[in-house]
Amino acid sequence: MNARDTRPGSTGGADVPGPLYGGPDDDYTPEQLAAMSREELDRLGAHYDGVEILHVDPGPAPGSAMEKRAIRQIGLVFTLAGVFAFLFVVVYVGSGWFLPDWHWEITESGWSALFTPLLGLCMGLAMALVGVGLVLFTKKLLPHETAVQDKHDGSHFDRVTAGATLVGGFHNSGLARRKLITRSLGFMAGGLGLMLIMPLGGLIKNPNKGNPLGTTEWAKGVRLVRNDGTPIRPGDQQPGSLETVFPAVPGGNRQADAATMLIRLRPEQVQSLTPRRGQADFAYGEYVAYSKICTHAGCPVSLYEQETSRILCPCHQSQFDVTQGAKPVFGPATRPLPQLPLEVDGEGFFVAASDYIEAVGPTYWNRERI
Amino acid sequence: MAARTATAPGAPTTKLGEAASELDDRMILSPWLRRTLNKVYPDHWSFLLGEIALYSFIILLLSGTYLTFFFDASMREVVYDGSYAPLRGVEMSAAYDSALGLSFDVRGGLFMRQLHHWAALLFVASIVVHLLRIFFTGAFRRPRETNWMLGVVMLVLALLMGVTGYSLPDDLLSGTGLRIISAILLSVPVIGTWAHFAVFNGDFVGEQIIGRFYIAHVLLIPAILLALIGLHLLILVKQKHTQFPGAGRTEHNVVGNRLFPTFAAKATGLVFVVFGLCALLGGLVQINPIWLWGPYNPAQVSSASQPDWYIGFLDGSTRLFPPWDINLPGDYTIPALFWPTVVVAGAMFTVLAIYPMIERKLTGDTASHHLLQRPRDVPVRTALGAMALSFYVWLWMSGGNDVIADKFDISLNAMTWVGRIGMIVVPPVAYLLTYRICLGLQQHDREVLEHGIETGVIRRLPNGEFIEVHQPLGPVDDHGHGTLAYGGAPVPKRMNHVGGARRAIRGFFRPIEEPTQVELEQRGEGRGLAAAEGDRELTSSGRPVDGGRPQEPRD
Repeated sequence: MNARDTRPGSTGGADVPGPLYGGPDDDYTPEQLAAMSREELDRLGAHYDGVEILHVDPGPAPGSAMEKRAIRQIGLVFTLAGVFAFLFVVVYVGSGWFLPDWHWEITESGWSALFTPLLGLCMGLAMALVGVGLVLFTKKLLPHETAVQDKHDGSHFDRVTAGATLVGGFHNSGLARRKLITRSLGFMAGGLGLMLIMPLGGLIKNPNKGNPLGTTEWAKGVRLVRNDGTPIRPGDQQPGSLETVFPAVPGGNRQADAATMLIRLRPEQVQSLTPRRGQADFAYGEYVAYSKICTHAGCPVSLYEQETSRILCPCHQSQFDVTQGAKPVFGPATRPLPQLPLEVDGEGFFVAASDYIEAVGPTYWNRERI
Repeated sequence: MAARTATAPGAPTTKLGEAASELDDRMILSPWLRRTLNKVYPDHWSFLLGEIALYSFIILLLSGTYLTFFFDASMREVVYDGSYAPLRGVEMSAAYDSALGLSFDVRGGLFMRQLHHWAALLFVASIVVHLLRIFFTGAFRRPRETNWMLGVVMLVLALLMGVTGYSLPDDLLSGTGLRIISAILLSVPVIGTWAHFAVFNGDFVGEQIIGRFYIAHVLLIPAILLALIGLHLLILVKQKHTQFPGAGRTEHNVVGNRLFPTFAAKATGLVFVVFGLCALLGGLVQINPIWLWGPYNPAQVSSASQPDWYIGFLDGSTRLFPPWDINLPGDYTIPALFWPTVVVAGAMFTVLAIYPMIERKLTGDTASHHLLQRPRDVPVRTALGAMALSFYVWLWMSGGNDVIADKFDISLNAMTWVGRIGMIVVPPVAYLLTYRICLGLQQHDREVLEHGIETGVIRRLPNGEFIEVHQPLGPVDDHGHGTLAYGGAPVPKRMNHVGGARRAIRGFFRPIEEPTQVELEQRGEGRGLAAAEGDRELTSSGRPVDGGRPQEPRD
């Protein structure tokens, strides 16, 4: 031992343990432990963890027919898992190399249609077989032991001593007496909390500015066009038919709220037509136009059954009667589909007489106010 | 210095042992490691349900990370130019374009997408089944209320994961779902429009929502979920497992297998089985073929548009709720849509989360419980659970009422009315039925304990009366009545359950044991009736003529 080793903290392990040191190392010397068998050590350690091994059902006897059979089975299962794993690699790598291409064409029913199922089959079987092998191993070869572990309730001693330390610390801080500090701390915490969430304000936008929910691209003189942009004249449609139309503005057919149904009523439907109050002149002859956006949850209502004059929303089955101003006659919707006032322009094409006079789409809190 | 010499007792003798010893010198891992390896896990299949959820979450993290390499969460308009011919030249969002690319132009991408989707369905399903197990066996009782509530929060987060996830491809189906989410947000009184504008950055649909859902789906919610899973497991380890009542099982112990090797091997096996199942489904069973739906267009929709299964109950409640807008003074409106979506979901999950407290209040039972209850022994809770479950399943089925109407040729309106009436009638009926069934099962348990198991052996008494011989489960009193009390554990009800039959000869296709050998072994063990089979004489049971109950058979 040289001089360097005598300095405190340089000899590692030579220290005498403190007075509180104790536990199993004091009870068992290394010699005692070395004299114990592995099983005894296992039981001893378990005992220290509150676990007793009640009963061990040993696995099959070494060399017995049962054991050999189990080993064969489990070996086979793991081998098969490996085979499928390698098959996955072959299918994945080989497609387009020594196997046919994996890119799927719509008409093809050969290898490319099998590619994904084969990947799933190989990976699935490989993984599942590993699992099966492990379970078989546990069931057939491992000893079955029944162990019991004690469950301890909370210790009163721990609770009292921890409480004393915690409360003592707070007490020493004197925060209960030093009111100015507690109050300023509270003020500071409130301020800091608010400050830290403030940047989320960037998300907030005023929904009432410019009434974005209550307006669409429709306006006086805007033509009704089909999805491909062609305008529509009276007479283009058969009686009883429905056509989805959009405002003739750029991107009109992608607007979320502008989609409109132009319906040519049959003569008997025209006779029973009872428009909503104040909207008698919204129709043009036997043509009526209603918003396609359901007033319930905003799905496009699109199933028109002309015999019953009903339009059905496929999402929640609200039904609207087109001869009664598209008023809801069944299902969860509460409001009629808004009606688009129709006119014909100088060239004989359908145009809107104005925007919808109410908000289209689902109801919201202050819808009636704006 | 003794520990440093090679001859010290217990010093490692192998390279691996030395390495372990060196590691333990630095990290002091062995106490923790031994405690962990020795931890006892109860051996019952229903304890694996939560694990299935955990493992599917791991699969989701792995497959989801893979998908992010290819997915472009942007609503920028592009023209499709990929492998799928029918959509070539169609305008669509970059999100849908990249989702199509994943399906057709990434090697194995379709498999991974479907694997991810199936794992997600399994994830939510296993959480729900796990929750039902915890509920019906009373595992949520003190001290486990915290973990129950964490579980409910994780279930809600899992649903949000699902919703934000299936909205991402921006196909026609998910876009329609997004539109409904937008309408639900708008329906919230007072703050609805503000909330909508904050989430969508304006009116529907805007250009932000896919990107925002994406970051919520791949970072925000998974991070919270991961933290909560960690906490859930930490509390579980701290509080130790519950267990079903049985021989040697008390409130103060756990009986089962130690973590190593038995439980670890089984759990690892389960990881692989769950992964294998998801992979099989992902490869063999098509799910959400987005190329068939086409890009989202607000003017188009397909019929029979259903969300993923776990949102179905909200779809159902929305279909069934009557058209009741509430108009308030000052022209304010509470939209009808608010009730079946926000209120129903909110109420259901709130009641679920605070159920432990409700039950504690009603029963006055504030004690700690570590032994589980059989559902039959707590008929009120079981019946309440059945009521809630039937309500949920009823709503869920109504979420597909258009499909039912179509397939069975029933009027759609009739289906809606059946749904509305059933929503009110079915849960109480389920309550009553379940309650009665529980009482019946309880009674049968007591009957078997008192009179014994029906053996199927019919005897004719000297007076001509026929009786069935019963096998008592334990000691009997003077009248031949069993004296065992019910202990909350399953009561054996067949002779096989009490070792009354020979054990089956092992072997699947052909016997792998000698039948005579097994017979001898059984007799040696003195196993049940099989042991006494040889010298049993058939006698009458000697039942008293005055209508007394059958007594213990002579053997």
